[in-house]
Amino acid sequence: MTPRRIEFEILRYDPDKMQKPEFQTYLVPCEEDWVVLDALNYIKDELDRTLSYRWSCHMAVCGSCSMMINGEPTLSCKSFVRDLPNQVCIEPLNNFPIERDLVVVLDDFLGKLNSVKPYLIPREKKSLEEGVYLQSPAQLKKFKQFTLCINCTLCYAACPQYAHDENFVGPAALALAHRYNLDSRDVGRTARQDVVASNLGIWECSFVGACSEVCPHGVDPAGAIQQAKIASTGDYFMDLILPGRKS
Amino acid sequence: MKRSHKPIIWSLFAAGGTFTAFMIPVMILITGLGVPLGLLPAQTLDYESVLAFVQHPLTRIALFGTIFLTVWHAAHRLRITAHDFGIRADRVVATIFYGLAAITTLVALVVLALI
Ligand code: SF4
Ligand code: FES
Repeated sequence: MTPRRIEFEILRYDPDKMQKPEFQTYLVPCEEDWVVLDALNYIKDELDRTLSYRWSCHMAVCGSCSMMINGEPTLSCKSFVRDLPNQVCIEPLNNFPIERDLVVVLDDFLGKLNSVKPYLIPREKKSLEEGVYLQSPAQLKKFKQFTLCINCTLCYAACPQYAHDENFVGPAALALAHRYNLDSRDVGRTARQDVVASNLGIWECSFVGACSEVCPHGVDPAGAIQQAKIASTGDYFMDLILPGRKS
Repeated sequence: MKRSHKPIIWSLFAAGGTFTAFMIPVMILITGLGVPLGLLPAQTLDYESVLAFVQHPLTRIALFGTIFLTVWHAAHRLRITAHDFGIRADRVVATIFYGLAAITTLVALVVLALI
């Protein structure tokens, strides 16, 4: 098959040389089985070596190639050109500051991820000799879905609450907190609740659900947040009835 | 960060949403289909029968529960909807909608007690 010529309108920004971001257009002969990332690589190799964007795995597992494709937060390595029209608009991810071209600054997200202590906090630390922490398949099933996050931040780009208030802890971080809270080997829930159950944690979410729609791995962060709301509501009333109880 | 007090309203919102999701279809079935299609006797919705039904103590309690949960659900839903439409005066919006819910709750309580 002859390649299809697609016009890519790409938002360019070089903070050293430009006042504000501007679109630049590239005509790319695309093969049928290409994804948008292939087209970007073609541009970089053949047309314009100054174009900056992040990518690594080319198979939807590293989460680094996120961008807005025709206005939708999408992994560019998962977006086939055959599903796109002859004109495609590519912009850096919404709701994040631009570092350069399609590369955005992720510091805010990484800070939030850290704030929910996204690691196992076991009851007692075991030495290597003592072996692993055991868990049954049924216990694993409770949270497995929430382990699938690849930190692509598409959910932050889709979230209108994060767009409104950047202090919102946001979908992926809250889903990850929920993942560890549900883990039978973990006892860190109380420590995470200070962030999770605050006004800027789960309670900032109004259940628009856009995060779950754009998530490339079916994590369903919106679902995680709603489950966390139910659990935290239980906590709240238990704390009222039994102040100072251990949760 | 301080733990939020939102669970107070949210628990009413969640309970109201779940409850009405089950309640509304039944109401539509009785009032919108059952009686008009003749599946239920026509006098089911007569003033006298409805009044007698409402005056039963259990019905009063059930009706109060229904109205109470439904209006608080609606109030919180409207507050969020206002926010989603870009109205950022959250305090004003919350006061208006929760105020209306509180008034409706009070009116329902009085009416159901006196009827
Ligand atoms: S929850 Fe989904 S959309 Fe959000 S960062 Fe994780 S994988 Fe990406
Ligand atoms: S390049 Fe790794 S997810 Fe797209």
